[in-house]
Amino acid sequence: MDRISFIERALRGVLLALIVLFFLFPIFWILLMSFQTNEQILRIPPSLSFVPTLDNYRALISGHLLTSAGSLDIAFMRNLGNSVLLSTCAVLLALVLGVPAAYAFARFKFWLSEDIAFTLLSFRFAPPLLVLLPLSLYFQDLGLVDTYVGLIWVYQLIALPLILWIVRGYFEDISPDIENAYRIAGHSWLRTFFKIAVPLAGPGIAAAGLLSFIFCWNNFVFALILASADKQPVTVGALAFVTASGIQYGQVAAAIVLSVTPTLLLALYAQRWLVEGLSLGAVKG
Amino acid sequence: MAQIEIKNLRKSFKDDAVLKGVSLDVDKGEIVTLFGPSGTGKTVLLRLLAGIHAPDAGTIALRGRDVSGSPPDKRGIGMAFQNFALFPHMTARDNIASALTARKADSAEIARKVGAVAQLLKISHVLDHSPRELSNGQKQRTALARALVADPDILLLDDPLRNVDAKLRYEMRLELPALLKRAGSTVLYVTQDFKEAMALGDRIAVLLDGEIEQCDTPARIYAEPVSIGVARLFGDPTLNLVAVEPRLVDGAPEILVGGATIRLPASYAATAGGSYMLGLRPESLRLVDGPAPGTITVDLVAVTPLNEKSVLLLTMEGGQELLASEAGDRDEPRRTGPAHAAFDKDAVLLFDCASGRRFVPADATGVSK
Repeated sequence: MDRISFIERALRGVLLALIVLFFLFPIFWILLMSFQTNEQILRIPPSLSFVPTLDNYRALISGHLLTSAGSLDIAFMRNLGNSVLLSTCAVLLALVLGVPAAYAFARFKFWLSEDIAFTLLSFRFAPPLLVLLPLSLYFQDLGLVDTYVGLIWVYQLIALPLILWIVRGYFEDISPDIENAYRIAGHSWLRTFFKIAVPLAGPGIAAAGLLSFIFCWNNFVFALILASADKQPVTVGALAFVTASGIQYGQVAAAIVLSVTPTLLLALYAQRWLVEGLSLGAVKG
Repeated sequence: MAQIEIKNLRKSFKDDAVLKGVSLDVDKGEIVTLFGPSGTGKTVLLRLLAGIHAPDAGTIALRGRDVSGSPPDKRGIGMAFQNFALFPHMTARDNIASALTARKADSAEIARKVGAVAQLLKISHVLDHSPRELSNGQKQRTALARALVADPDILLLDDPLRNVDAKLRYEMRLELPALLKRAGSTVLYVTQDFKEAMALGDRIAVLLDGEIEQCDTPARIYAEPVSIGVARLFGDPTLNLVAVEPRLVDGAPEILVGGATIRLPASYAATAGGSYMLGLRPESLRLVDGPAPGTITVDLVAVTPLNEKSVLLLTMEGGQELLASEAGDRDEPRRTGPAHAAFDKDAVLLFDCASGRRFVPADATGVSK
C-alpha cells in the first residue's frame, strides 16, 4: 500500500515538476535575459553566471534605446499605458454591453435571438485580416482611425462575443425559479438581475472578463493597422526593438517582463475564480 | 367574495395544451389542494397565479381584482417552490428576509419577523448557514419560512414536501395544517400524494389532463368520485374495477360478479342494459365464511401484511384479480386457498364504460348534489 502510494506520489511529483518546468522556464529565462546585456545573451555557450544590469529597464523607462549604432527614442512606457487603457476600457465596455445581452439571450426567446447570438459569435470565426481592410476604410471616413475610441470599439470584436457566450452559459445554469422566487418576494426585475443573476454568474463573468482582457492585451493586428505610434499598445510597440543594428534582446526581454506582469498578476489574483468558473461551466455543460 | 378566482384559464407550451379551461374559486382562509398525477398542469397553474407565466386565455382575480398583466412582484403572494429555489449566495436569514427587504421594512422589524418564523419552523439555529450547508429538511423549512415571513394573504405551495425524506414528510404533514391555519392565509397547495391532499385540504381540486375533474371535500371525493379517473387516484391500494352489465330481475337491478349474482339498491335501476365498471374500494371488500347468496367465490393468492392492515390478493373465476384490505390485527394468519368474498353494497361505485363518469343513483340522499 505505502509502496504504491509512494511511487504514485513520486511520479506525480516528477510529472508536475516537468509541467512547471515546461511552462515556467521560458518566463524564468526571459526574466534572466532582461538583466543581461545583448553580448551576454548572445554568447555561446549560454551561461547562468552574469553580472545583472538594470540598463535594459532604465532604457525602457527613460525611453532612450542605446544601440551600438546610436541612441533611439522609443515610447515603450506609453505603449504599456496604452495597453492598460485599451484593454481595461474594452473589457469594461464589453461587460457593460455583454452581460445584460447574455442575460437576455439566456432568459428570453425572442424573434431571431439565436441568429443574433450566433452572428455575434461568428465575429470570432472571421480572421481579423478579413475585416481589416474595409474596417480601416470605414474608420477613415468616420474619423476613428488612430483614436482610443476607435480601438476600443474594434476590441469589442474580440471581447464582446467571448463575454456574451461564456456568461450566457452561466445565466442558463441558474434555475429560473431562483429568480422567480426573488420576483415573487416583491423585488423588481432590475433588482433581481443585479442581486440574483449577476452574483450567481459572478465566477463566469470574472472568468470571461479575464480571458477577454488577455485576448485584448495580446491583440496585435488591429492596433498595428488602426493606430499610430502614440496610441499603440505594447504588442505593436515591441516592433521598435527590431532596429537597424540588430534585435535588442535585452530590451525585448525587459519589455516582455513588463508587459506580461499586469496580466500575470491579474491571472494569479483571479485564478481561483478563473478555474472554478471555467470548470464549473464545463461540468454543467 | 372568493380570494382567488380563476376563470377558464388556458395555457399551451408550443403545441402542448397544458391547461384546457380551468376554473376554480378559493375562499378567504381556505386551503385547497391541487392534486393530480404529474404532467397535468398543477405547477403551471400555480405559476400562472404567481405571474411567472402569462395565460393564453382566461382571467385570474386575486382579492377580487383582475391581475392579468401585473408582474410577480406586484401580486403580493407568498410561494414555496418544489425545488426550494433558495438563493445560494445568501444565508438562510437573508433568504427568509428577502420578502421583507422588498417591502422596505426596517432592520428591527426584519430581525423580529425572521426570528419569529424561524422559531415556528425550528430553524433558528441554522439562520446563518448558507443553503449549501442545510439539510434537505432545513432547506424546505427555509423555503416555507421565506414564503410565510411577510404574512401574505395568499400562499402558493408547490409540492413543498416532494424532495424531503419520508419521516420529515410525515412530520410536516402533521404540522402544516396548524401552521397554515395559524397564518390565516388562503392556500393553494400542489401535491401528487393523495394522502397529503386529503390531510391538508379543506377541499381537493383534482386536476386531470389540464382540467379540473372534481373539486370537493376530501371525504366526498373519496366516497363519490365523479369518474373512474378520480376514483383511481385515491386509495392505497387503488380501487378494483370489474366490468359488469346490470340487468333488471323482478324490477330490481342485479349484476354478475365473478359468477355471483349481486342485487343492487333499487336506485340503480336506471343502469340496466348498459355497460359499467364496478368500482370496489379494497376496504369495502371482505372475506366471509362459507358460501352465501351474494358472495363471490375467490382464491386467496397472497397476503401482504402492512402493520396496521393486510392487503389480500384475490382471484375471481375467470382469473381477474381483486385487492382487499383488512385490519392487520388478526390472531391467526390467513391461509391462502379458496375463500368467499362479499362487499358493502352502499360502497358500490358504478362507472359508465363509455364516458368514465360515475352513475349517480336516483334517490341518493344528501350524498350527491
